[in-house]
This record gives sequence, structure tokens and C-alpha cells, in this order.
Amino acid sequence: MQAKGRVFKYGDNVDTDVIIPARYLNSSDPAELAVHCMEDIDKEFIHRVNKGDIIVANKNFGCGSSREHAPIAIKAAGVSCVIAETFARIFYRNAINIGLPIIECPEASKGIEDGDEVEVDFDSGMIYNRTKGTEFKGQAFPEFMQKIIKAEGLVNYINSNY
Amino acid sequence: MGMTMTQKILAAHAGLDHVEAGQLIEADLDLVLGNDITSPVAIHEMDKMTVKTVFDKDKIALVMDHFIPNKDIKSAEHCKCVREFACKHEITNYFDVGEMGIEHALIPEKGLAVAGDVIIGADSHTCTYGALGAFSTGVGSTDMAAGMATGKAWFKVPSAIKFNIIGKPKKWVSGKDVILHIIGLIGVDGALYKSMEFVGEGIQNLSMDDRFTIANMAIEAGGKNGIFPVDDRAAAYMKEHSMREFKVYEADPDAVYDEEYTIDLSTLESTVSFPHLPENTRTLSEITEDIAVDQAVIGSCTNGRIDDLRVAAEILKGRKVKKGLRCIVIPATQAVYLQAMEEGLLKIFIEAGAVVSTPTCGPCLGGYMGILAEGERCISTTNRNFVGRMGHVKSEVYLASPAVAAASAVTGKISAPAELGL
Repeated sequence: MQAKGRVFKYGDNVDTDVIIPARYLNSSDPAELAVHCMEDIDKEFIHRVNKGDIIVANKNFGCGSSREHAPIAIKAAGVSCVIAETFARIFYRNAINIGLPIIECPEASKGIEDGDEVEVDFDSGMIYNRTKGTEFKGQAFPEFMQKIIKAEGLVNYINSNY
Repeated sequence: MGMTMTQKILAAHAGLDHVEAGQLIEADLDLVLGNDITSPVAIHEMDKMTVKTVFDKDKIALVMDHFIPNKDIKSAEHCKCVREFACKHEITNYFDVGEMGIEHALIPEKGLAVAGDVIIGADSHTCTYGALGAFSTGVGSTDMAAGMATGKAWFKVPSAIKFNIIGKPKKWVSGKDVILHIIGLIGVDGALYKSMEFVGEGIQNLSMDDRFTIANMAIEAGGKNGIFPVDDRAAAYMKEHSMREFKVYEADPDAVYDEEYTIDLSTLESTVSFPHLPENTRTLSEITEDIAVDQAVIGSCTNGRIDDLRVAAEILKGRKVKKGLRCIVIPATQAVYLQAMEEGLLKIFIEAGAVVSTPTCGPCLGGYMGILAEGERCISTTNRNFVGRMGHVKSEVYLASPAVAAASAVTGKISAPAELGL
């Protein structure tokens, strides 16, 4: 499994309120949520994002509210992967549970800039910055989480185990 | 190697004698919680599962609290979806308008969380019940769906940070000041993936409502959970509110902690978090400029309990909210509302020029009941001051205790109660 796209780069502590503001949480429709994705931090995001693009951020991405609407909005906006130095723990669970690929990699977060073309190989955990010609090794998932990811989310995993 | 309080609870619920930090386990759940925003997503996910029934209709709590009474048609549709699910599955602990309250104030009050429990909730402030000696943590909607279907959840066993609480707080210094001070000290990701374990003789000087406030904001330091030992006061609270047996877990003497801090309550001052992160803390004495505010909110799962309203009323009694400032008081549950009424607190608020709302999360997350316009500032007893959290992207939220919020409502600028001669 691979991802390839242009990078949208953000800083520290991107919270779920700016990923999807609560004023839109009266909906749970992915397409409707996607329209407002990143609205309070980057109004242009949804107009510029193309299918397959990648979000790269610094530490504590997805902090704050537990709203699963945040990874749902990102996935529905067409983003193929989120790379960050660290993720807030509820966002981390939610992304895995809904099948949005995420990778923790402090070096990649430092070595990738906005607009860079990046490729990710999920099997090896390798991240390639095609613009700069650099590569990084992301942290591998524990086996248990890989099973959930391979099942494309927790629901399928549970369906095959209960 | 010894275990922390959190590790002992998780081990017991995973059927293991011993767990270590980093270990992946599957634990049995004592309660699965959701609200009107997160439950519809969970219900939709459960529809995709082959398991069609809930694991235990008595161990699920559905609390309609964020956008109720419904603020618009879409939120009404969400509540309708949850109501129908609750009815179909005969969920015992379904709380709708008239019975509900803000979930994290309501659950302990109804006796649904007790020491030794493992609780997940599709709301980040589920960590509140650590005040009772339970392991409770926020998850997303899919985890909630899985929990409702199977009664289990997977966890990575957290390592811990120990906070040794000593001393006695000064007048007007509350649990809110304690936790804001700690978040300022360690940062918004200072406890990322970890449990925050509070111990020490100073805890006896913190009321249960103070402890709920402290555990509630563990997530604001990135924590997986916050947890307190069970003392006489916690035991008395549980006996008063719950019919359930509780189980006390104490940390082993040789438990391992990543870090240890000593927090001397006697040295703490009223503390405010400046925009746009809870870690941007300053004590009142460090604020030298005048910061005019347009709104004061006193309520939320962090500070909408009876102790909080009593403090606010003590300050607002016989005084007036500054002309042009909106002061919004929100009792967290129907029981708190009723008690505030019986104690005459609501009369004090209304005579001061504040409004009193039915229980709701409303303004805390910028839902309704107190949205800010461009350039406006709010002093708030809530828990987050992120960009756009309470309304316009260019509005600002300052987090504080009920005492500071009430004093500021009178002066129109961020103020300590001392400025009113109190």
C-alpha cells in the first residue's frame, strides 16, 4: 500500500476544533464535513487539496476533542496519509479505527516542507521526499494495529473476530 | 516491577496478574458512554457490524448534552437517531432533555462511575471519573461502537507521571487553578499517552468537585487519564451516589514513574490560560495590563458543579455584571440546577444581571448559547481556548476558575476577587 501526493504542512498542536469546527458537528456526513476540513487554520485547504495529497505536521497533531469527525473529514477530503512528529492519542486511535493511514516520524516532519511531493510506502514505513531527494523511516505499527489497518478499520476487524 | 494505580486497574480488567507500560491489552469495560454528537457516528458504525445487540444494556450511557434542547434541525435528527437506538436496545441509562446534564457531571452524580472501573467514553473529557479512582478515558465513535457491541476495548498500557500534592490552597484558589498550573508546567502534550497520577496529603484539602475539575483536564495535557487515590471523602461521595460496590486500587510502593512533580497548593495563585492554548498560563499577579472581556461563561463539564456555582454566587451576591458584558451561568445537571435554586444561587445570578441556562455544553465548544463575534473576548471556566473554539476565528477565550470569571464579570476585565475587596 502506497500514498503519493503534494504536502500541506502545519505546525504544532493542530487541534480537532480547527480540523473540523464544532459548528459543523450537527452533521456526521463525511462529504459535508470534508467541505469544512481545516477551515479555521487554512481556509484555502479544501480548494487546493487533490486526491492523494498528504498532511505533514509537527507535534501533538489532533489534540483536543475526541470527535471522530476530524479524521473522517480529512479522509473524505481526499488526504491519503498524515505524517506528524507525534499524534494526540485519541486522534491516533480514531485514525486507525476508521482506516486513515498515519505515521509518526519526527525526522520527516522536520525534513518536509509545504508543497513538497512525498511518497509513502506503508509496508516498509519508508517516506520519500521526491522534491528534495531525501528519505525517512517512519515508526512501524505494533502487530495488533497492523491487523486493524489491514482489515481497513476496527469494524471489519471485529466482524472477523466476533 | 511494581504497578501504578492505572496499571493495576487495567491488569485486573484484562485478567492479568501484571502489566507493563507499552503492553497492548484487551480490557473488559464497566461503562461505555456517548453523547449526541459522537453517538450517531457510533450507531452508524454499529450498523455495519455483524454483532447486532449491545453487550449489556445497563453498562451503556447515552447522554444528550452538547446541542440540546436541539439548536437546529440537524442536531434534532442526531438526537432522534440516538433516542431510537436507546429505545430499540432498551438502554437503561439514556438521559434526554429534562433528565440529562453535562455527561461528566451527570455520570458520577448518577453513581454510574465508581473506583476500580474501566470506562470509555466518546468524549475527550471522559477522564473526569479518575477523581473517583476509576480508569476512564476518551475514545472516538468507532471505539464506542466496538465497546457497545463487545464490552471490550484495546489499550496500550500507559506509563505514568506522578504529581505529589501537598499543602492547602489559599482562599479563591480552586481545582481549576491547580490543573491550569500543571498544564502550564508540563505543556499541552506533557502527558501524551500517559496517566497522570495524583497522590499526597494535600489531596485531602481538595473537594470532590475540585478533583473532578483536575481529572477532567488531564486530556488538556495530552494525558490518557488522570487518577486520584480513594480517600474517605471519595468513598463517602460514592456511597452517597451509587449502589455499586467499588474497588480500591493503590499504586505499588515500587511503581515506576517517568517523571515526578511536587505541587504545593499553598503556593498556587489564581491562574488564567491565555489564547490559544491551555498551556499559556499566567497567574493573576503576572497580568499587569487590563484585558477587557465581552462575555463570562460559568459552567461546563469542568466547572459547572455546585461548588463552582457557590463560589460564583459568593462573588456576584449584591453586585452587578458590568453593563455590556454577557454573563452566562450554566448549572451542569438538573440536580445542580435544583440545588442552586434551593440555595438561592439562581436568584443571586439573575439579580446580578447574569443569565442562567438549562444544562448544556453549548458555548464551550462554540455550539450555541453564547457564541463570540469577531474580536470578542470571553473569560470562561471551560477547558479549551483553541482558535475559534467559542465562535469567530478572531475571538479569544481565556480559561479561569469560577472565582476569576465571576469577578471579571463584575469589573469587565480579567480580575481577581481581591479587586472587589474580597
